[in-house]
Amino acid sequence: MVFIDSRKGVQADGTDEGCVTFVLHEEDHTLGNSLRYMVMKSLDVDFCGYSITHPSESKINFRIQTRGGVPAVEPLRRGLNELSDVCQHVLNTFQRSVSEFRSQQEDVMD
Amino acid sequence: MKTGAKMAATMSNVDEIRNRVILGEFDIKNVHTTDYPGNYPGYDDTWNLQKFQKNFRIDVVQMDETSLEFDMVGIDAALANAFRRILLAEVPTMAVEKVLIYNNTSIIQDEILAHRLGLIPIKADPRLFEYRSAGDEEGTEIDTIQLQLKIKCTRNPRATKDSADPRELYLNHMVYSKDMKWAPIGNQADVFADANIGPVHGDILLAQLRPGQELDIVMHCVKGIGQDHAKFSPVATASYRLLPEITLMETVEGEKAERLKRCFSPGVIEVENHGGKVVAKVVNSRLDTCSREVLRHDDLKNAVKLARVRDHFIFSVESTGILAPDVLVTEAIKVLMTKCQRFLCELDSTEME
Repeated sequence: MVFIDSRKGVQADGTDEGCVTFVLHEEDHTLGNSLRYMVMKSLDVDFCGYSITHPSESKINFRIQTRGGVPAVEPLRRGLNELSDVCQHVLNTFQRSVSEFRSQQEDVMD
Repeated sequence: MKTGAKMAATMSNVDEIRNRVILGEFDIKNVHTTDYPGNYPGYDDTWNLQKFQKNFRIDVVQMDETSLEFDMVGIDAALANAFRRILLAEVPTMAVEKVLIYNNTSIIQDEILAHRLGLIPIKADPRLFEYRSAGDEEGTEIDTIQLQLKIKCTRNPRATKDSADPRELYLNHMVYSKDMKWAPIGNQADVFADANIGPVHGDILLAQLRPGQELDIVMHCVKGIGQDHAKFSPVATASYRLLPEITLMETVEGEKAERLKRCFSPGVIEVENHGGKVVAKVVNSRLDTCSREVLRHDDLKNAVKLARVRDHFIFSVESTGILAPDVLVTEAIKVLMTKCQRFLCELDSTEME
């Protein structure tokens, strides 16, 4: 069992780097569920889930179990990067749609 | 030859489980996302950015200064929900936080008045301000906006003797949000010279006074997020629904067609005349509110299949007026990106140790 507390640093037990529970502070379902989706879409991951330990504490336990001896931080890092890329693409697409809509409105008004 | 209601090609079972949420009479099926790699033999569900970019699109349906309706197609519910949650609770705004009451002789208690003042939306671009540093009581020009409310109710000397109308008898007896005046601190007068900072709406009634009562209040506005207090939420509300899909499994004619039309929201089903017979046809399933009324009628329930498209989200964002709704969505997406970057930096720094 490895717990990585983002405030206290890595506390490794030494045995298996493929099964890690990350404790993400100041987070809730917003990042938890979306990150879980991105990590699950990866081929290396055997299990991925998150839980909110207690509703009064704003932290989540995010668990990743990998197959093939891949260290668990790898799918996590990849998931965060991919989520960031998705957000960037959504942002670009949204801004493009809004400006297209605006120019359409102006054409209609003229 | 079959005329009449067009029958949609039935999807193969697997495609239906992957792409549709089925609304049944007593339950809702296929709710959760199941297209993860390894679940479906023959499908490659691994994350592929190019495939996502090809399938993803956003269509703006309606937009004005306070509300925005747009479609987000080709994304998973986890991400759409994350955007919705961020719009509600994590996009920052400015709102009244400290209320310094120098004089309040009105009938409204201090704390009630302070609560009401906090909920008033303040038109100031929160991106131009910083969060107040912890432990700072006074506030600086970069993180605080100062507003003043100084009003006294007096008797109107020009009122007629027998009048009973308070609007005629008293001056300043209704305190509105337009009476809140901005008091610039430091260099704010130069920096925000053209942006008139103050409440978004001037006609919010704060308190009622009678002659002799007065209010002398100074307010400090700070930057905050909805998670801390709902007054900081920039949206009146932000919500999404999935695109409904109604397919007719058999031709519905005659008076059954009329009844079928009444089971759905207006504009969803139209009754057409085909060679003397009236036949029902699905015209616009987007307008339906999915009340599943049709499933309450035994003769109609097998004629229709009610479903929702799992990756088509119809977002509705209503702004309180502080920021334009499209700006709000842009900021919400940036907040999610910032969260990811923060954890990537943490990972990088712990790896170095």
